[in-house]
Amino acid sequence: MSKRPRVGLFVTCLVDLFRPSVGFAAVKLLEDAGCVVSVPDAQTCCGQPAYNAGDRRDARAIAENVLHAFEGFDYVVAPSGSCAGMIKQHYPQLFESDATLGPLAQAVADRTYELTSFLVDVLEVESLSAAYEGTVAYHDSCSSLREMGVRDQPRALLAQIDGVDLADIPDGEACCGFGGTFAVKYGDISAQIVGKKAANVSSTGAGTLVAGDLGCLFNIAGKLKRDGSAIEVRHVAEILAGMTDDPPIGEA
Amino acid sequence: MSGRGAILGRVRASLGPRDEDAARAAVAARLKRHPRNLVPDRANVGEAERVEMFVSQIEATHASVARVAAPDDVPAAVAAYLAQHNLPAAATLAPDVADLDWGSQPLLEARTGVPAEQDQVGVTAAFAAIAETGTLMLTSGRGSPITLNLLPDNHVVVLRRSQITGSLEDAWDALRASGGDAGMPRTAMFVSGPSSTADIELTLYLGAHGPRRLHIVLIED
Amino acid sequence: MQPTSRQFHENVDKALHDADLQTALFRVDKNFTSRRTAAVTAMPEFEALRDDAVRIKDHTLAHLDLYLEKFEENVTANGGQVHWASTPEDARRIILELCQAAGARTVTKGKSMIAEEVALNPFLEANGITPVETDLGEYIIQLADEPPSHIIGPAIHKTKEQVSDLFVAHHEKYGKTKRLTEGVDLVAEAREVLRPRYLEADVGITGANFLIAETGTSVIVTNEGNGDLTQQLPRTHIVIASLEKVVPTLEDASTILRVLARSATGQQMSVYTTFSTGPRRPDDPDGPDSYHVVLVDNGRSKLLGTEFQDILRCIRCGACFNHCPVYASIGGHAYGWVYSGPMGAVLTPTMIGIEEAHHLPSATPFCGRCEAVCPMRIPLPKMMRHWREQAFDKKLDTARQRLAVKAWAWVAQRPALYRRLTGLAVRYLAWRGRPLGRMRDLPFAAGWTDARDLPAPQGQTFAAQWARRRGAKG
Repeated sequence: MSKRPRVGLFVTCLVDLFRPSVGFAAVKLLEDAGCVVSVPDAQTCCGQPAYNAGDRRDARAIAENVLHAFEGFDYVVAPSGSCAGMIKQHYPQLFESDATLGPLAQAVADRTYELTSFLVDVLEVESLSAAYEGTVAYHDSCSSLREMGVRDQPRALLAQIDGVDLADIPDGEACCGFGGTFAVKYGDISAQIVGKKAANVSSTGAGTLVAGDLGCLFNIAGKLKRDGSAIEVRHVAEILAGMTDDPPIGEA
Repeated sequence: MSGRGAILGRVRASLGPRDEDAARAAVAARLKRHPRNLVPDRANVGEAERVEMFVSQIEATHASVARVAAPDDVPAAVAAYLAQHNLPAAATLAPDVADLDWGSQPLLEARTGVPAEQDQVGVTAAFAAIAETGTLMLTSGRGSPITLNLLPDNHVVVLRRSQITGSLEDAWDALRASGGDAGMPRTAMFVSGPSSTADIELTLYLGAHGPRRLHIVLIED
Repeated sequence: MQPTSRQFHENVDKALHDADLQTALFRVDKNFTSRRTAAVTAMPEFEALRDDAVRIKDHTLAHLDLYLEKFEENVTANGGQVHWASTPEDARRIILELCQAAGARTVTKGKSMIAEEVALNPFLEANGITPVETDLGEYIIQLADEPPSHIIGPAIHKTKEQVSDLFVAHHEKYGKTKRLTEGVDLVAEAREVLRPRYLEADVGITGANFLIAETGTSVIVTNEGNGDLTQQLPRTHIVIASLEKVVPTLEDASTILRVLARSATGQQMSVYTTFSTGPRRPDDPDGPDSYHVVLVDNGRSKLLGTEFQDILRCIRCGACFNHCPVYASIGGHAYGWVYSGPMGAVLTPTMIGIEEAHHLPSATPFCGRCEAVCPMRIPLPKMMRHWREQAFDKKLDTARQRLAVKAWAWVAQRPALYRRLTGLAVRYLAWRGRPLGRMRDLPFAAGWTDARDLPAPQGQTFAAQWARRRGAKG
């Protein structure tokens, strides 16, 4: 790549509000790989909560803001399969009958990536310099797996980290039960589902759990901590960028 | 008729305007040509491989297969099967297999016809068999009472090697070729093993309502 | 069947605390998923077959009227008769009249979801005709007077002990007084008890997995052979099937059969796949004297051309149930009506209304596994979202939930305000999370915090820190 790729970072509301260190880890990974990273001011949320609640009008209004904010970049990258999936798979559908926004949505969607798949599939990152000692279990979020084609890429990156021993989570394709507002609206079902996931994670003997989506991570971490587990939960970007000074999710 | 008219009317209204001639032509063409869709590679193998594939597939479903050289050897194979499973030496035959050399087994009580409630063993002929899935094709007809495949607890099927086709599609072609003007039989049963159920705690049990045992006597013709 | 979908929360609570049900659901989860995976892995052409199956169904739906006409023509040509039922009432009435014309006292039944949908059994009973379920799972729930909890294993929610109890209570009249504990003995007793019922039935009623236009044929798929005994022994065979079961040709049915059993149970083919065309022929030694097909609409014609059309591709394999984390947690009865699992979440509102059934498409994390395993590539989450749009317009959610969604959306469209408000909120939540970095409870979030801690935010937003960093760089 002769020209440095211009990346618009879609921070995501969960990263912005709950764990900014993930955003900084993403910036570091992208800049280390040669990108020029911008963080458009006008972004807030991808609109998925409204979209999934059936509030199409609000979802479109929010999405329109996102599209305009991210129009001019070579790539749009999000440290989240869920938000990237919203932009990539659902924005074109939201605007499919709109003569102006339809093509714009498709254009932005075509350039939108989840972070780890962007690093591997586009930037071809092969030698991360970070180190992290211990067994790490990687959880595939449903949107990463089924909307964004992310599975091998984060594992390939983790394999580059000195000291990481990767563990497979049994029944790895099963949902963690987060589902956005589902976790509160139908909290008892969500708790049942995350209970199974937490048990599967614990069974690996891993000391650390990572994933590419904060929603899943907060959900599983919440359950693990309630159960008194010592497993440390982080976003995969933190390990990959060698930025693990901040406490893990749910710890101080 | 009102139900029919109302339903078809609603369907047409929901589908909306279309090129009616083209639609009718498309339907007529598909029905006439009945084109094959994708048939798995596995079904397109040579004769010897087909036969072995059929045998191993159906054996995997808890059915058993005995191989004999000629039709005249069938009754002896049936008698041996009954003895092996401590079954009384009696069988109800479909007319299609009644002409086999049952005289060679004088101790075997064989009667021909539809099964009676207490019959333990039914012997019928297959129309064809399908290697791809290890499946027997049994059709109803003058010589094949369909209930003989279902009521007795033990079902023996007489099959000639040459009847084994590769795929379900091959079997349909064979049926079309054999029928002439007769069209479909009342019943075409595709049987891939003995009767089973997993309705109690997902544990597999044989002999739910149909035969508990399925045995194929394969004539290497 | 009277729906209880409105009481979804209560149903769910009951299901989550039912230890026997949870054990049964664990077994379903373990069994079916691994079997499907194995079957799919063993067939290299599986994805291409899914594509073929979708094309066949979409083509058929686009020409549904013409294929239904052809189907009727061919049934008639082979000596059978087709009846058209717009509503459940029509279907029940037609079948009752056929049974009465046959002088039926008892009728045997193969497993049929459409028969459940139109509530056939209670109607027959009310009119002095006894329906006898022959599929072992259906027989078990008939004894228990319960609806099915899974479309291919209706009694999977029952333990062996519960089955033993049912048999000892209901088989006494057949002279069976011993309480059996082994599965093999239970199956044998069911076989023994049902055999005379098969033989004495005047009418046999089956569903149909497919109706074939080319030949006027109905197809059933079973492992037990109960459907075959049901449709061959009595003098009258009645098939009840919904409109969208029709496919054009024998070849088309063969293609869809390839993905059906593999998706359902991981088998290549069910033990018995039977194609029935008309009554017995003049030379046939056995078989029914008359053959009737009752086609049921019940709203399906109205789904064509709408955003819900694709649910008409469903072949009732159950794969979506088997891979659904919600179904795995609550089982089928909690959904409150005939159809549960992901396909039930889409289909049920079309039949009993979104007001009654709005929880079904709402109670899902949208994990997407249903769509991933559906042999007919039905976009189930998308259609559930369409239902949520209707529910939102009709204000079926609670006022608080609605307010939360709209408030968030309103603020999210105003970045400057968003920054200020979220900056304050995360400072507060970070403080609440001290000293451990997580909260055990939080107002309005009991759904989360009853069973989980809520990790605290780091305390400042990314936006604020990024702005400072940019400011520092000048």
